[in-house]
Amino acid sequence: MDRQAWLRILDEAGGVLLADGAMGTMLFDSGLEFGEAPERWNLEHPDRVGAVHAGYLAAGSQVLLTNTFGANRFRLTMHGLEDRVAELNRAGVETLHAAVAAAGRPALVAGDIGPSGSLLTPLGDLEFGDAVAGFAEQAGALVAAGVDLLWIETMSDLDEIRAALEGVRQVAPEIAVVTTMSFDTHGRTMMGVKPEDAVQALHSWGATAVGGNCGNGPEEVIQVVQKMRAVAPETVLVAKGNAGMPELVKGRACYHATPENMADYLRRAVEAGAAVVGACCGSTPEHVRAMADALNEIREQRLLAPAEDPA
Amino acid sequence: MSQETDLTHLETPELLEKIQDDLYDGLAVEVVAGVRELLRRGMSPYDSLTQGLVAGMDVVGVDFRDGILFVPEVLMAAKAMKAGMEILRPLLVETGAPQIGTMVIGTVKGDIHDIGKNLVGMMMEGAGFKVVNLGVNNDVTKFMAAIEEHKPDILGMSALLTTTMPYMGIVIKALKEAGIRDQLIVLVGGAPLNAAFAEEIEADAYCRDAAIAVVTAKQLMAIKRGEVAL
Repeated sequence: MDRQAWLRILDEAGGVLLADGAMGTMLFDSGLEFGEAPERWNLEHPDRVGAVHAGYLAAGSQVLLTNTFGANRFRLTMHGLEDRVAELNRAGVETLHAAVAAAGRPALVAGDIGPSGSLLTPLGDLEFGDAVAGFAEQAGALVAAGVDLLWIETMSDLDEIRAALEGVRQVAPEIAVVTTMSFDTHGRTMMGVKPEDAVQALHSWGATAVGGNCGNGPEEVIQVVQKMRAVAPETVLVAKGNAGMPELVKGRACYHATPENMADYLRRAVEAGAAVVGACCGSTPEHVRAMADALNEIREQRLLAPAEDPA
Repeated sequence: MSQETDLTHLETPELLEKIQDDLYDGLAVEVVAGVRELLRRGMSPYDSLTQGLVAGMDVVGVDFRDGILFVPEVLMAAKAMKAGMEILRPLLVETGAPQIGTMVIGTVKGDIHDIGKNLVGMMMEGAGFKVVNLGVNNDVTKFMAAIEEHKPDILGMSALLTTTMPYMGIVIKALKEAGIRDQLIVLVGGAPLNAAFAEEIEADAYCRDAAIAVVTAKQLMAIKRGEVAL
C-alpha cells in the first residue's frame, strides 16, 4: 500500500482510523516471562499472539501491528536469535493475517519495527550504516510476508528513526510508513527530541504519518499531537498512548486507565487532530472497544458513515 | 599553542569555571587541557577532581534532572569527564587521595536493557566513584562474585521490564543470606520501578534517573560514613 492508497483508506474511514492496543503487556498476561523475546511466541505460541489480535479486531481496530517490535537483529542478538530475523517476522505477519481473515472484515496489517536498543555513534557503538542494514533486513522480511504498511515506533533518537526509514526505503520505496516516537521525558524523547522537531524532520524524510506512542499516559500523547499539529497541520498525526501511568502492585505493573478514560482520550486525541488513534502498554481489547464506541459517536456527529458495528 | 597560552593567563577560579563549562559542553580535549593546567599549577589531583570535574558534573546532573539537558548531552559530558579522569586516576592512587566510593552496577537476570544503567555508571564516575559495570543479564552468582572481588560500597541494579525487576529482590535476599546486606547501599532503578517497589524488596533507595542516583549515592555514603546523623 502506497501513500495514496493510505490516504484514500483514511478518507473512506471518515478521517480517523482506530489502531490496536498493547501486545507486550497482553502477552505477559498470557504467560510470557523473564525477558523472554515476545517475538519467539510467533513461532511457539502463534495461537496466543493471534488471540490478542482477534481481541482487538473484535473490538473494532482497523490498523493492527504485528508482534515484531523487537524482531531486528540488534535485539534478537541479545536473545541469541539473530539468525532468525526473517522467520520471526514472517511468522508475525502470518499470525496477524490469519487473525484478520478469521475476523472476516478488513483491517490493515502494519509491520511493527521497534528501536535497536542501542545508541548510535558517537554516543554509542552502533554505526548508522549498520543500523540501516539491520532495519532493512527486518523491513524486507515484513514486506515479503505481505504487510500493508510499516509502523516504526517507540523511537527516541532522530538519527535512529532516520536509519529505520532509510532501511525501509531500501526494500520498499513506496510503502506507507507510520512513525511514532516516545515523548516521555519532560515533554521530549529520552534523547531530547521535541515533538515539533520530530514531525518536521519525519515529514521531510517521507514518513506517511507521524505521532507519539507509549510514554506516560494519554495526557502526554495528546499534548504531543497538539504540538505537532501547530507546526505541521498537513501531516497525518498519530496517537498511541499507554492506558495511564503504570503503578506497581505487589511487584507487578498495573495500568489504571478505565475503558471510559480511554474513550475520553480518543475523543480528545481526535479533537487535537490525530487521524490514527490507538493505545499502547496496559491497554486491552476492552479499552479499544470503548474507544471504538467513542469514535463511532464522533463519526455520527460528523454526519459521516459510521464504521461497521464490531459485533 | 594559543589555547594553552590562554589557560595559563586565567586565574585559577576562572580556570575551574572554564573546565566546568567545557565539561558541560562535552569538550573532552579542552577538559583534559584544563586538568593538566590545574596539575601544572600544583593543585592536588583530589582537588582537581572535586573542584573541577565533579563540580562540573554536578551542574550537568541538575540540568538533566530539570529537563534542560537530555541523554546525548549528558553522555558527551560524561565522556569528557572520563577523559579528564584518565589523567587523574593514577595520580589519585599515587597520592593516596580519599576514595569517594566504589559501585558495582548491573542489569538483572533476564533483562538485556542497559542504556539507563550505563548512564548511571557514567554519572557515578563523573561524581568520582569507581564503577564496576557488569553489563546485562546478571544472576545472583555474578553479582555475588563481583561484590566479593571489588568490595563495593554501593550495589546498583537496573531492570526495564516488569517481569525482570522482581529479580532484584532475589539478589537482595541472597545478600542477606550471605550476611553482607548491611555492608552495602543497594540502589535500584529502571522505567517500571518506583519507591514502593524498592521498599517492598528492601533496597535502600529507588533512583528515578541518573542524576538522582548520584545525589542519593552521595547522601547515603555520607550517612554510612557517619558524616551525617540519621
